[in-house]
Amino acid sequence: MAPRVSRREAGQRGTAPSIQRQIWTRSHPASSATVPRVEWAHHLSVLQFVLATLGISLVAGLAGSLLGLGGGIIVVPVLTLLFGIDIRLAVGASIVSVIATSSGAAAAYVREHMANLRVGMFLEIGTVTGAITGAFVAGHIQVRWLFLIFGLMMGYSAVEMFRHRKHEEGGVVPPDRLADRLGLHGSYYDQTLGRQVDYRVTHTLVGVGLMYIAGMVSGLLGIGSGALKVPSMDLAMRLPIKVSTATSNFMIGVTAAASAGVYFARGDINPLIAAPVAAGVLVGATGGSLLLPRLKNHWIRLIFVVVLLWISIEMLWKGVRGT
Amino acid sequence: MNDPSPAHPRNQPPADLVRKVELLISNLLRVGVVSSLIVVVIGLVVSFLHHPGYIRSATQMHQVISDNHRTWHSLSELGPGLLQFRGEAIIMAGLLLLIATPVMRVAVSIVAFVVERDPIFVIVTSFVLAMLILSFVLGKAGG
Repeated sequence: MAPRVSRREAGQRGTAPSIQRQIWTRSHPASSATVPRVEWAHHLSVLQFVLATLGISLVAGLAGSLLGLGGGIIVVPVLTLLFGIDIRLAVGASIVSVIATSSGAAAAYVREHMANLRVGMFLEIGTVTGAITGAFVAGHIQVRWLFLIFGLMMGYSAVEMFRHRKHEEGGVVPPDRLADRLGLHGSYYDQTLGRQVDYRVTHTLVGVGLMYIAGMVSGLLGIGSGALKVPSMDLAMRLPIKVSTATSNFMIGVTAAASAGVYFARGDINPLIAAPVAAGVLVGATGGSLLLPRLKNHWIRLIFVVVLLWISIEMLWKGVRGT
Repeated sequence: MNDPSPAHPRNQPPADLVRKVELLISNLLRVGVVSSLIVVVIGLVVSFLHHPGYIRSATQMHQVISDNHRTWHSLSELGPGLLQFRGEAIIMAGLLLLIATPVMRVAVSIVAFVVERDPIFVIVTSFVLAMLILSFVLGKAGG
């Protein structure tokens, strides 16, 4: 494959860059298959790449902090498909994006009682043990079936959330003695309703079980941590939607931080890719945390349903295709 | 301040103390986030100053997006890089600061629950922190 050099480049430095690229391509045959496919990315300067990534990450942080998702669903496809970046480096950048989403919004969510720290911390028991289990069973499990099962599960959650999109926040829920004992019930001020919403938590054990599954799945498949957490809290535990996304947002950062150390040690976190992702997502997530209180509850549910359907279709597709 | 709802377990400490602890966690998070953001941005600016080629030429892009550009992934590499004021090393230091904030959040919550006299949640949170450390150690051993 003949390496292409941008016109400006060729004018400036003669043939040096093309030789450089040839040497590089020859010594790295594995990555050469993925990189030259996105030809136009080679015509970008690093500055242009950094600025473009910064802009996209702003959007990812905004959306992620509103919906309680990590933003990996935006960052990974953009980096790999648009810029031709190696998947390992893209995943490394996405783990940074998850932490940045979580941390950027957490300060405001904790202060305004939007995130329920007690619920988050208790459910985190399920998530971390699930993640560790996932690491152990990886390789013994047919990933393809997992994609199919969880694709269906997320599709079902999306339909259920759509049906309950007009759910009243803080309605009557079945009593749960564990939630009483742990003091999980809470209260937050809802700007759009113009009142303090007192809510009670139910089905705590079911929630922990679902979090265990969510932790295992995200450990095995690399996606779906927030996408399973929010419906579990919304549908099973009956938390208000804003509390669900804010609490999920709080939790995903904690879980991602544990794996981030591993990615760092492996060298999967590339400074020039991860820096614009981190900066953009942090600013976007801070904006999202200011926006969330002003959004109507059923709108958040609707946007979440659309994203959830998208993830579900993506997972089913991966399952059908068998990768 | 709040209504005396059954939202919290009995014999709880004064509400203003709980609120103070919450604000402390919230502020700590903000300090961690803002400082990591500043460090990352400084690192980016320094890298561009050190490598003028990053700004205009397209040649260096493939180095950045390719798999072989793996540097600054150990602390022993990072220290000297920081001393030499290398942009990439500064970025990595900022990213490590960012990665540390959620872990700090859990650690500080343990203290918060101790202050709030909530033994169950001291145990819950300590368990979570222990599992986080365990998964980090396991991951390192496995990877």
